[in-house]
Amino acid sequence: MRRLAATTAALAALVAGCGGDDERLGDRPRLTVSAATSLTTAFESYGPRFAPATVRFNFAGSDELAAQIRQGVRPDVYAAANTKLPGQLFEEGLVEEPVRFAGNRLVIAVPADSPRIAGVADLARGGVQLVIGAEGVPVGDYAREVVGRLPPARARAVLANVRSEEPDVGGVVGKLTQGAADAGFLYVTDVKAAEGQVRAIELPGGLQPRVQYGAAVVKGAKQAPAARKFVEGLLEGVGRDAMRDAGFEPPPGA
Amino acid sequence: MTARRLFPVALVASLGVALVFLTLPLLAIFLESSPADLLASLDDPGAFDALGLSLKTTGVALAVIVVLGTPAAWLLATRRFRGHALAVTLVELPLVVPPAVAGIGLLAAVGPQGLLGPALEEAGLELVFQTAGVVVALIFVASPFYVRQAQATFAALDPELLAASRTLGASEARTFARVVVPNALPGLVAGGALAWGRALGEFGATLVFAGSLSGVTQTAPLAIYERFSSDFTAALALSAVLVAASGAILLGVKLAMGPGALGGAGARG
Repeated sequence: MRRLAATTAALAALVAGCGGDDERLGDRPRLTVSAATSLTTAFESYGPRFAPATVRFNFAGSDELAAQIRQGVRPDVYAAANTKLPGQLFEEGLVEEPVRFAGNRLVIAVPADSPRIAGVADLARGGVQLVIGAEGVPVGDYAREVVGRLPPARARAVLANVRSEEPDVGGVVGKLTQGAADAGFLYVTDVKAAEGQVRAIELPGGLQPRVQYGAAVVKGAKQAPAARKFVEGLLEGVGRDAMRDAGFEPPPGA
Repeated sequence: MTARRLFPVALVASLGVALVFLTLPLLAIFLESSPADLLASLDDPGAFDALGLSLKTTGVALAVIVVLGTPAAWLLATRRFRGHALAVTLVELPLVVPPAVAGIGLLAAVGPQGLLGPALEEAGLELVFQTAGVVVALIFVASPFYVRQAQATFAALDPELLAASRTLGASEARTFARVVVPNALPGLVAGGALAWGRALGEFGATLVFAGSLSGVTQTAPLAIYERFSSDFTAALALSAVLVAASGAILLGVKLAMGPGALGGAGARG
């Protein structure tokens, strides 16, 4: 009987431990940040250098993370690869007022050793295997914006070459590094993070969409003060430096 | 004394907790989606394509699994050879491999840059981004469920039944077709249902290996994942359809094969 009780107690402790009730490690608050997959490299460099809290990251497609917040998931910070999603969550009363904290450039990404694609025109050729983000994922929406600016016939030809619509930039990178796809639309920072496995082909200026990243403190965040400091740090200080080192541009007007 | 009385209480309590835990999420899908949403989701042509593709790919995968898996399971159940234990373990390995890892493994093996990539390209066989690739992923993750069950079922057959058939002059092939398979049918159907269910729910390996494109590689679970971020109601509705379909198959198998089909064979396995 005593053993049964002990086992039950041990199990209960285990479950409680998994529940993450322990928000404070010593005196350091524990901050949960839901961030766009394209921010992985920059934020993983920022996180350990963020003094006020121990930071845990939840990386996924920005739309996926927004959907989680709408379903009641409460991270402390939400950082997206566009300003539309944080703006919507702000209007729905789910996050505090978002800030623009970085810019980025969309590029055509190709496997490093592949000579097949030299520019946008090649994406319309028959037999080209193109991978883009799904609709609603910022990287997919930006790609559709680029294609939408092409002449209609060429735009149709490019879209007809789409072989897969991936849930986040990670899926696009994977298909390219495995040589499964000939080309994809990614951010220039993803290409940099892939460390030589993929190569970027710049888009002509007229096709380049305005890629801006927005972040906001989530309403009801357990660690609101630290969350605000984390967002502020993206605009000036260690966060901004980490963003710059990862290849992000400063937000417009900064 | 108290321990003796507590034990049955603990048993009932654990079953109760297990039942609530296992049924609540599935029940919630139906409670959170209205019948109107359900019908509206079936109006969505993308959802329909996804369900159709799921039925088609799981059907082909199951056929391949049964045709290849049944003789393989018979061999494992009836012969002891060097490396038998190793063969059994290898067959079971995909059960414990995370689906995303299965997808990466498939890319490394039969992807364009994989071990067999050049050979497949020579043969004109394309898998990545193709419906055939989905089927390959499904076979990889689901076949162990069938083979394990089939092997256990064969091993549990009455040896005297087989001996009688052989004594009467029937060859092994004839015995297998006329005696073994009919007698093992409930267990084989149960194994097929388990494999089918696993294939129907497949997500990670399909996404990593075959990609996600409506009408080509986007099966129902992938469509649900895509809708989760854009339209939660549609995701719930499509989930409800999938749960209902899986439940109907499970129930159908139980009714068709008698109450012992899944439970009984499983217990013997």
